[in-house]
Amino acid sequence: MKTFKVFGLLFTLVLMIGVLAACGGSGENNEQAGGDSGESSGSIIVGGSSAMQPLIGAAAEQFMSENPEVQIEVQGGGSGTGLSEVASGNFDIGNADYFAESKDDIPADELVDHKVAVVGMTAAVHPEAGVDNLSKEDLKKVFTGEVKNWSEVGGNDQEITLVNRPDGSGTRATFNEFGLDGKTPAEGITEDSSNRVKQIVADTPGAIGYLAFSYFDDEGTVTPLSIDGVEPSDENVQTGEFPIWAYQHSYTKGEPEGLTKEFLDYMMSEDIQNNLVPAQGYIPATEMKVERDAEGNETDK
Amino acid sequence: MNRRITNKLATIVFVLCAAIMSITLVYLLGYILTSGLSYVDMDFLTSNSSSFQEGGGIKNQLWNSFYILVVTMIFSVPLGVLGGIYLAEYAKPGKLTNVIRTSVEVLSSLPSIVVGMFGLLVFVQYAGLGYSIIAGALALTVFNLPIIVRVTEDSLRAIPVKQKNASLALGITHWHTVKTVLVPAAFPGILTGVLLSAGRVFGEAAALLFTAGLSTRNLDFGTWDPFDSTSPLNPFRSAETLSVHIWKVNSQGIMPDLDAIANGSAAVLIIFVLIFNVTARVIGNMIFNKITGSK
Amino acid sequence: MSKAQNNEAVTHRLLKKNRSSAKRNERTGKIIVFTSAAIIIAATIAITLFLGYKGLKTFFVFDIDIWNFLTSTTWDGTSESGAFSFIFGSFAVTFLAALFAAPIGIGSAIFMTEIAKKWGQKVLQPVIEILVGIPSVVYGLIGVTVIVPLIRNHIGGLGFSLLAGMIVVGVMILPTITSISADAIKAIPIDIKDAAYGLGATRWQTIYKVIIPAALPSLMTAIVFGMARAFGEALAIQMVIGNVKGLPDSITDQAATLTSIITLDMPHTTYGSVHNSLLWSLGLILLVMSYVFIIIIRVVSSRRKI
Repeated sequence: MKTFKVFGLLFTLVLMIGVLAACGGSGENNEQAGGDSGESSGSIIVGGSSAMQPLIGAAAEQFMSENPEVQIEVQGGGSGTGLSEVASGNFDIGNADYFAESKDDIPADELVDHKVAVVGMTAAVHPEAGVDNLSKEDLKKVFTGEVKNWSEVGGNDQEITLVNRPDGSGTRATFNEFGLDGKTPAEGITEDSSNRVKQIVADTPGAIGYLAFSYFDDEGTVTPLSIDGVEPSDENVQTGEFPIWAYQHSYTKGEPEGLTKEFLDYMMSEDIQNNLVPAQGYIPATEMKVERDAEGNETDK
Repeated sequence: MNRRITNKLATIVFVLCAAIMSITLVYLLGYILTSGLSYVDMDFLTSNSSSFQEGGGIKNQLWNSFYILVVTMIFSVPLGVLGGIYLAEYAKPGKLTNVIRTSVEVLSSLPSIVVGMFGLLVFVQYAGLGYSIIAGALALTVFNLPIIVRVTEDSLRAIPVKQKNASLALGITHWHTVKTVLVPAAFPGILTGVLLSAGRVFGEAAALLFTAGLSTRNLDFGTWDPFDSTSPLNPFRSAETLSVHIWKVNSQGIMPDLDAIANGSAAVLIIFVLIFNVTARVIGNMIFNKITGSK
Repeated sequence: MSKAQNNEAVTHRLLKKNRSSAKRNERTGKIIVFTSAAIIIAATIAITLFLGYKGLKTFFVFDIDIWNFLTSTTWDGTSESGAFSFIFGSFAVTFLAALFAAPIGIGSAIFMTEIAKKWGQKVLQPVIEILVGIPSVVYGLIGVTVIVPLIRNHIGGLGFSLLAGMIVVGVMILPTITSISADAIKAIPIDIKDAAYGLGATRWQTIYKVIIPAALPSLMTAIVFGMARAFGEALAIQMVIGNVKGLPDSITDQAATLTSIITLDMPHTTYGSVHNSLLWSLGLILLVMSYVFIIIIRVVSSRRKI
């Protein structure tokens, strides 16, 4: 008898909390919608690309410590989730590491793109492969499985093992488009995490994968490849000489307003672009000397 | 002669099987605890996690795990116990009972990732709860419900029929008998089952990936108003739990000390799961001793 | 006299009132428990319907050929994709894990019921209970940090492999198989065993000729239960199997399962895209398979002799 009453009570309590909090939640939103007076308060939800989560998260933390009345929740979920949720209005900002235009079922014309940073990436090989430079043609041959041994492209006699990213990941899309000129790589072990890719490449003689610049360290556990003799460096990406790079996009549905706008402006501010962005291994979007559109056409800025 | 040798050999093989199992467990626990506990200190348990820097803790993840567990239990225990009562006391053999039994069986054999996908669709998207504690707890309820139903039914059936008949003979109605005689008598058994299932819920991750989300806010343990967005009690915030954290750190993490964090979190997770298990066992033994009257 | 009559009337009234409130109480009780039972049915139906709806969309809305979907091994998130490599991977892991766990599990069950009952009760029982309780991410973590390097260094290949998946999942389903098997063996009437011993049979002969045949349907049930768990396991497998979208050539090759691809690809897809819909179809296969496992278990246990 007693237990029943306790259960009943708890159950009702939870339901009540639920209903009340739901009301509270919507109240909060109203407040935010009406709060365009310039005061930094209210809350927004940012989400999407898990690769971008640390950068946006760190910026949000800084922003919140400067504006204590603000709540910015940074969720992961993946680029696909980010685009879907921002298009349907559940996220205020949706992060993606590819252009929304590349997804057919996303109404890209309703979304406004804010390119908050640039990431450069290149192929990472095990040091024993004996290569540190490949021509783009050779790189394609390696990844499409046309070449099976490093000796065929000027390296040691060592079998090639491919390390891939999942379909739909922004890193994979960028590498395929600009590193392999749209060729589909042959099948290989597939890992989502850059750390895991780095570890597998480092542990497996003859392995090749691809990583953002920030994952290469001085210890030389994995060798970054130059492509057509161009070194993978931030400068070469900025001038457009090194081909494999991508924007980190923050999308909003329509032009941003209120807190969303304030936060995006903050992301593009000198302080964030010149300190936080490079600290996390990204290239500041403001420093780029070339531009690229959704079709991949590059123009000087 | 031959027979005796075969017999000896067979015995050795069986002992070996049992040894493999016990050694596996000892190794598993030993490995997790030795490789993980060295990272666990007060600082690890009480600081916020960091998504890219060294030295992140698990304070919020640990809290989220417990909070989701509690909310899940609030949903699943009453529902499961009542469902179990129905099956043990009210169900008449027939089509309907069959359907319910099949339902319980289906629910208990669903892969947790499928439960997670269902949760994503219905609770996160259709119901508009977003990645939240409530959505996660509802998904876990689906996962936990069949266990509670079974435990309740078994505990009720284990009660001697005499006890029930005595109550009914006094003219007390069936429902009243259930409430005042049967449920109290079955309570220790139900409690044991609930504790065991709590261990499973606490460690579940696949069903939460798509429902409770992969991130957590930095909670402010000074605000206990459930409507406040940083309140630990807010059920509408996304909440990465400890087990989800282990998976995420291991497969997506970019912090330099990710192995340390994963191992440390695993050690903490295992300790809590062990606590649930041991408590359940102790309670179970106490009941066993009480029933058999042995000491 | 009138006082007595009065008393009787009061008692009568009270009884009547009591009875009607009791009746109402009884009805409320019935409604409450029945509602709970109905919710359980509703949940099951909802899951089946929603997954069916989302999973079948691939074939009816995106017009993907079911046969191609089930037999093709290319998977690129477009309408040409097929799930055969993952179906194969899931079955491979399930059968290999059962092959590895079933003998050890049944062996342990016989140990704890026939050879050393005291040890079984005092040591193995808790061991099983704790093993069941260890979360799957922890198994996965140990797989990545211990088993994968072990395979890489001693057997060859990348370490991430079907073999690693088989070991991790095998250990996970070991306690399930053991505990159900042990219950089955315990349920064999003692007279049968005594009769065998009485005829001068050794313990092994009794086990082999009497106990195993008598418990066979239940032992099969135990294995199928284990396989059902292996089939649906997601995170632990995803962490160790390498997730290669193709058919493995050998056991040390990487592979992928239905669950590992859902886990890996889901966050990268946009809602309503073909890719997303394909993942729901994989989920539907998992759901259908859990129904299939239930049917197998029912058929097998209906043949139970004891």
